[in-house]
Amino acid sequence: MTYSEYSFPNDLHIFWSLMIVTYPYITGLIAGAFVASALSHVFGRKELAPVNRLALLVSLSFMVCATLPLLNHLGHPERALNIMITPNFRSAIAGFGYIYSFYLTVLLLEIWLTWRPEIVESYHKSSGMARLFWGSLALGVYEISGEARKLDERLIFGLAVIGLPAACTLHGYVGFLFGSLKSNPWWSTPLMPQVFLLSAVISGMGFLIIVYLGLCWNGYMKWSFPCVRSLTFFLWLFLVLYVVSEGLELLFFFYESSDAWYAISQLILTRIWVSFVVLQIGIGVLIPMILLTVLMLVHVKESTYYIVSFISSVVILFEVWLMRWNIVIGGQQFSKSYVGFRDYDPLWLEKEGILPAMALTLLPVLILFILTRLLSVHEPETHATHATHPAAEGED
Amino acid sequence: MDKRTRRELLKLAGAGAAWSIMVTLIPKTSHAQRVHQIEKRLDTPDWMDHYWAYVIDTTKCIGCGNCVRADKRENKVAEHFFRTWVERYQLTDREHVYVDSPNGGHDGFHKSTVEGKVVKAFFVPKMCNHCRNTPCTQVCPVHASYQSPEGVILVDKKRCIGCAYCVQACPYGSRFIDPVSHTADKCTWCYHRITKGLLPACVTVCPTGARRFGDLKGEDSQIKKIIEEERVAVLKPELNTEPFCFYIGLDKVVR
Repeated sequence: MTYSEYSFPNDLHIFWSLMIVTYPYITGLIAGAFVASALSHVFGRKELAPVNRLALLVSLSFMVCATLPLLNHLGHPERALNIMITPNFRSAIAGFGYIYSFYLTVLLLEIWLTWRPEIVESYHKSSGMARLFWGSLALGVYEISGEARKLDERLIFGLAVIGLPAACTLHGYVGFLFGSLKSNPWWSTPLMPQVFLLSAVISGMGFLIIVYLGLCWNGYMKWSFPCVRSLTFFLWLFLVLYVVSEGLELLFFFYESSDAWYAISQLILTRIWVSFVVLQIGIGVLIPMILLTVLMLVHVKESTYYIVSFISSVVILFEVWLMRWNIVIGGQQFSKSYVGFRDYDPLWLEKEGILPAMALTLLPVLILFILTRLLSVHEPETHATHATHPAAEGED
Repeated sequence: MDKRTRRELLKLAGAGAAWSIMVTLIPKTSHAQRVHQIEKRLDTPDWMDHYWAYVIDTTKCIGCGNCVRADKRENKVAEHFFRTWVERYQLTDREHVYVDSPNGGHDGFHKSTVEGKVVKAFFVPKMCNHCRNTPCTQVCPVHASYQSPEGVILVDKKRCIGCAYCVQACPYGSRFIDPVSHTADKCTWCYHRITKGLLPACVTVCPTGARRFGDLKGEDSQIKKIIEEERVAVLKPELNTEPFCFYIGLDKVVR
């Protein structure tokens, strides 16, 4: 039995716009950057120490902007806090406020403890308004003796241990928002949180590589080949896991051939053919997969390594954005009748249009620029040479 | 007193008698009693004594669109959005199903122009299914979407934040974001009417009795009798949403 194309009358509208594409993209970058930071802190990957501080600042820059796309999307943003004041704990969205707040607190604490010596030093060196500013950041704690720093480092380790699952929960939960909706077969799969989480990790790591290499080329940071090599290795590893998960998801859809397969297959073959098959898979996945695999197998010059790693990261960022688009927008491009389709053409200047989405995606980059000028991204010598991992300390 | 004439005395006595009669005849009721009398007249329900259900007999629907128009008028539904709509299904001898719902069936349906011989055709009115195990209230982060004690799924527009998660969660396409209030909107079974003992607007205007509404807890309930005794079906039963909108004569091709 075949059907003519038919959409339910209310399904002619796309209710989740570019803002809902931007939101998981931003939270993904947060989670990914934090995982990179945790690799150094928690898992004792000493070679990643040069990007440790940068990763925390990347997380913070995107973290402070994570709610903006959601607020811009809401019909009544003035009621947004009701999510935390009168939450419905049966709702997946209700958890966002708490998970976000918890993770933000952990992140701020870790950042404060990490930069505390510099903050205190700046406080002592400055005067007037600057002294007031650094004093407020120091929170009245000016003790930076060796013993105090040891305690700080233990706390940082503890916070990184707590922060890692929190960061993973933050983004795994975003996948759950989509995966738990049984009304939409394109979203409704238990693999969705995993796919979101893995894509988050690669986007965060990719962004970190881009920023780090950019700052090195700019002369702002010191080159560290082991650091880039390690980041690139993890980028490749998580990319493989991500591609396998997404591939399995598609294979399940195809193999089960449920009632909704017609809608999904038509969606892929028509509405998102270019954005999904050509751009996301054809370019976004294949190019970095080939490039990074070559880097893993073939010995190349450092400069070549940097360039290939940089290009792969840029393409991966592009791929992850497309993945968000194809999930969020693609999932709304077929009607719940499963036999009707619709287009989505966002305007440049509308409230949830292209320009606001671009502005909200670039705003964290601007914040990161300011933060890197305010807080040093260079790992202090004492920290760079000694592992912050308590277990590693024991080994010393 | 001496100066009063007999006529004046009679007038005074008459007025006194009239006052006495008035005071005697007007019932001495308290405010609570008066409110109760008004509520009784309007048939305001005791919430726990009702459980509403809706039955759509697809074999009776003629696709006139009266229900869609009545609903639009009654609930001031925004243009291009629908709390209820009517779909037309036409099955041809080529095993092809043509489905359409021009403007939600608001203006009725034009003559069929499908290719091939139509072997079966029928209309299917659609609306919120007021599910018992409803995904829309489950996902609402602020309890703005909720189920009333009588089983009606409602939206508190003063609480709704307009996130549209409920719109995504509804498998039947029954919800939308009202472009005026920027909050979720949907069929309420005309809650403002049924709480006054009236029927939903769409039911009152259906010329063939294809739409029926009633109380499952009511004595001699026609709805209860239909659901218990006739072969009824629900939309997308595999999703386990437990709709309380039941269909008679629901064909397998209906989406």
